[in-house]
Amino acid sequence: MTLNVEARTRLGVFLLDAGFATEGGVTAIFGRSGSGKTTLINIIAGLVRPEHGRVVLDKEVLLDTAQGIDMPAYRRRIGYVFQEGRLFPHLNVRQNLLYGRWFAADDIGQESFDAVVEMLALGALLKRGTAKLSGGEKQRVAIGRALLASPRLLLMDEPLSSLDHQRKLEVVPYLERLRDQADVPIIYVSHSVPEVARLATTVVLIEDGKIVASGPTSQMMKRMTVIENQI
Amino acid sequence: MPTLTPEELDAIRLSLRVAVVATIFSLPFGIAVAYVLARCRFPGRFLLNALVLLPLILPPVVTGYVLLRLFGTKGPIGHWLAEALGIVLAFRWTGAALACAIMGFPLMVRAIQLTIEAVDIGLEQAAATLGASRFWVFATVTLPLILPGIIAGAILAFARAMGEFGATITFVSNIPGETQTLPTLIYTFTQVPGGDASALKLTLISIVIAFAAIFASEAVARAVSRRVRSQ
Repeated sequence: MTLNVEARTRLGVFLLDAGFATEGGVTAIFGRSGSGKTTLINIIAGLVRPEHGRVVLDKEVLLDTAQGIDMPAYRRRIGYVFQEGRLFPHLNVRQNLLYGRWFAADDIGQESFDAVVEMLALGALLKRGTAKLSGGEKQRVAIGRALLASPRLLLMDEPLSSLDHQRKLEVVPYLERLRDQADVPIIYVSHSVPEVARLATTVVLIEDGKIVASGPTSQMMKRMTVIENQI
Repeated sequence: MPTLTPEELDAIRLSLRVAVVATIFSLPFGIAVAYVLARCRFPGRFLLNALVLLPLILPPVVTGYVLLRLFGTKGPIGHWLAEALGIVLAFRWTGAALACAIMGFPLMVRAIQLTIEAVDIGLEQAAATLGASRFWVFATVTLPLILPGIIAGAILAFARAMGEFGATITFVSNIPGETQTLPTLIYTFTQVPGGDASALKLTLISIVIAFAAIFASEAVARAVSRRVRSQ
């Protein structure tokens, strides 16, 4: 997988002017709150349209404002795990998980459904309503739902930030399994150094709407710690 | 239970038919207009909003007169409908349904608009990232979530239609068997000597129908919200 992103857009007084490229694995976008992380992945997903920008995924141009190309979000096949889960309240867990399958061009089959349910340990929850899930369970369902739409790329926007410490510890192992078992490249937005250190292969540092550095996680540890201490 | 004359039975049946037809036919338009008002920002939105609310504020007789001028056989729309499609509304029960639909429209739109505004757009974005086009997002996420509002709006419009008097009598008059509804028949009885007993009887029947409508609406609303929440 190769992903190239360039975007320049003004949101009020804030200017996002960022670009990066990644070749797969787990790419963390690391920065403080308000540094433009979420906007950047919303642009990749097609939920936000920048004034100027270009997004290319595996040689397919998803967005090119100069050429007037802007593929709608529903055709991009980019999965998204939101901060707050965003499960459909009128559907139960199974129906939430299967939602994307209705629209997937190729049927993913029972096998991968079972595999995802197994990987995220959702078997006991399938018949439950979303209101009766804990925060950690909600995020696991959200991850499963995104995976079952067979995305080419998975975006995760601080999927642990709405959870307390205990719940975080409960979900992190699932994220590791996701990284190691599911064959999907991930872009992981976070402002937590321990999370990024544990999960990411590559780190992109963003500050005030600009990419300031990027590289393998081990080489970025020092700079991430410096940014975290400024928070 | 007092016995009913054929004239009275006719009026009750006609009132129910007019109210049901008015509600069913205005519902798709009500949902569409509510959606546009809740979600779209465009020049002329204020005007559309005012136009929808107008029948609520104008004296009903004015609305009825406007309908007569527009949809009467010599009116611009009525003339065209009669010539092109053979549809005549003036002085017909279908005209009564049109008058009732327009009088109930503001209540219907308001009720639906409020629930659309309460829908979390984040859920619709999530559906889009799972592959749902705008139409499917609306059909599978927005519509189920606003169902309680749609039912509330439909019941308000139905109740308004059952009670509509001014616009109906102005537009389609008070013809027994064709446009004589419950309210216009009660009015007729109050205008003739010895009509008091009949007027009172029909008044009681109106109250019974109103109660039944309220109970039915409560039951449906409860069932729907239970279904939505329990999932």
